[in-house]
Amino acid sequence: MKTFKTTWHNIRRSPYQAFAAVLVMTLTFLFISFFTFLLYGSSKAISYFESRPQVTAFFRNEVKQADIDNLKNELMVTNKVASSKFVSKQDALKIYREQNKNDPLLLELVTADILPASLEISTIKIEDLSAINKQLLESPLVSEVVFQKDVVSVLTSWTNALRSIGLGLIIVLSLVSIFIMVIIIGVKISQKKSDIEIMRLIGAGGWYIRWPFIFEGISYGVVGAILGWLISAGALWYFTPSLSAFLKGMPIFPIPLIFFLGLLGAEILVAIILGTLSSFLAVLRYLK
Amino acid sequence: MIRLTQVSKQFRTGVFALSDISFEVEKGEFVFLVGPTGSGKTTIFRLLTREALPTTGEVIVDNWDVVKLPNNKISHLRKKIGVVFQDLKLLMDRTIFENIILPLEVSGIDTIVATKIVEEIMEKVGILSHKDKFPIQLSGGELQRAAIARALTLEPDILLADEPTGNLDSATAMEIVKLLSEINKKGTTVIMATHNEDAVKALSKRVISLNKGQLVGVGGKKPKAPAEHSEKKSVIIDKEKKKEEEDEDF
Repeated sequence: MKTFKTTWHNIRRSPYQAFAAVLVMTLTFLFISFFTFLLYGSSKAISYFESRPQVTAFFRNEVKQADIDNLKNELMVTNKVASSKFVSKQDALKIYREQNKNDPLLLELVTADILPASLEISTIKIEDLSAINKQLLESPLVSEVVFQKDVVSVLTSWTNALRSIGLGLIIVLSLVSIFIMVIIIGVKISQKKSDIEIMRLIGAGGWYIRWPFIFEGISYGVVGAILGWLISAGALWYFTPSLSAFLKGMPIFPIPLIFFLGLLGAEILVAIILGTLSSFLAVLRYLK
Repeated sequence: MIRLTQVSKQFRTGVFALSDISFEVEKGEFVFLVGPTGSGKTTIFRLLTREALPTTGEVIVDNWDVVKLPNNKISHLRKKIGVVFQDLKLLMDRTIFENIILPLEVSGIDTIVATKIVEEIMEKVGILSHKDKFPIQLSGGELQRAAIARALTLEPDILLADEPTGNLDSATAMEIVKLLSEINKKGTTVIMATHNEDAVKALSKRVISLNKGQLVGVGGKKPKAPAEHSEKKSVIIDKEKKKEEEDEDF
């Protein structure tokens, strides 16, 4: 209890240094939070695209149902197709209406006749997509083939790149935070050098002197983590309606509360580790 | 209780702060450590509290070999020794009460118990009315009393007072000496470093005299220095006292 009181005194008596330490920690955790949201969103987007049909063949208007069934059977006997789903003109209209239910003008202009029937196909192996795509393109029944292999692979490679860059930046920011905290706590130790000397002379043990500085580092980390989380979560909450509209159809929003709480818990844990590490380094360096 | 045997302390500059010093102080004794500035009084105190290590020799405090004491035991040693530092070493940003309670906090004593102890000691040394003041608000004598109070909070077996009358007027100085004498009467071993002759004369106590880092005399009731050393260096300097003893013998 006394240690916490001393820690609070140390923080209160040099507010600008405390502010600088909290600010650098807040920036680090703000970045970590945004980066985590981005990774969460991109992984959800990848799952979404992966769950979508990998190849969609749109049929010409004059094509009969029997011809479509034949083509479907031809595809199925290749043993490359995992699943296939026929979407009739009426089904396409239903999907269109659902997607544009808030825009009556678009609904009025479109009828089932102008929407093509389609066949949505997923393959067992991703490398079979090209063969299926080729087979569909060669069919005289098919007017257009949408092949989503590129979307998923591009998104995956972007996500991987993002993950590497983000992790790199987090490491750099964490190191910057640690160094700045070491300097700030080091300055505080230097300022209290005579007090520390007096405490030692009247019998204070090493840890009695060290603990307040270590708690101080942890406090900066935890406060920074909470502030960073609050700002990022608040910003995401504020922009959720516009992001939902922009990423229409993708099941990313709303982000579940448990995710936010989990992120907060993880960030506090990381903050404790960063705070302890930096203050411990400062104590080792300046409190010999 | 305290024994220094052939202790020398050489600084990095090559200067000897202490040279071949030996003396003993027994439990419950009151001893004056006298000598001019730079004679090595403070260095002896620093050796006793393991603030410094001797270059050669042995320092024993309450059966603890201070020189060989492991680092993790230093705080235990310092809790056994109350020190009134020459520059007082009070924390200027803490109140007098906060300064005095510090050794108890350091020792992990419950705040309620510690508060009671501190208030009793403050009353004893006569500064209870100043408990919420900061050091800058107190006079020299009051600060000296605060430093003594802090040194006494852990009920140490030994009290080292380094020039406690240094910057005080003679009346206040005598009050401080009287206070230390009262503390000694309750069983605490007191070593008072001073060059205040009035203080030495006021109390009929043993005097250990230093000059330029050398022991020039051990006088008074109990000059029990190690044999080989006492032959070499121990000189009775408290002549008046010796004369009285000789007179009594006759």
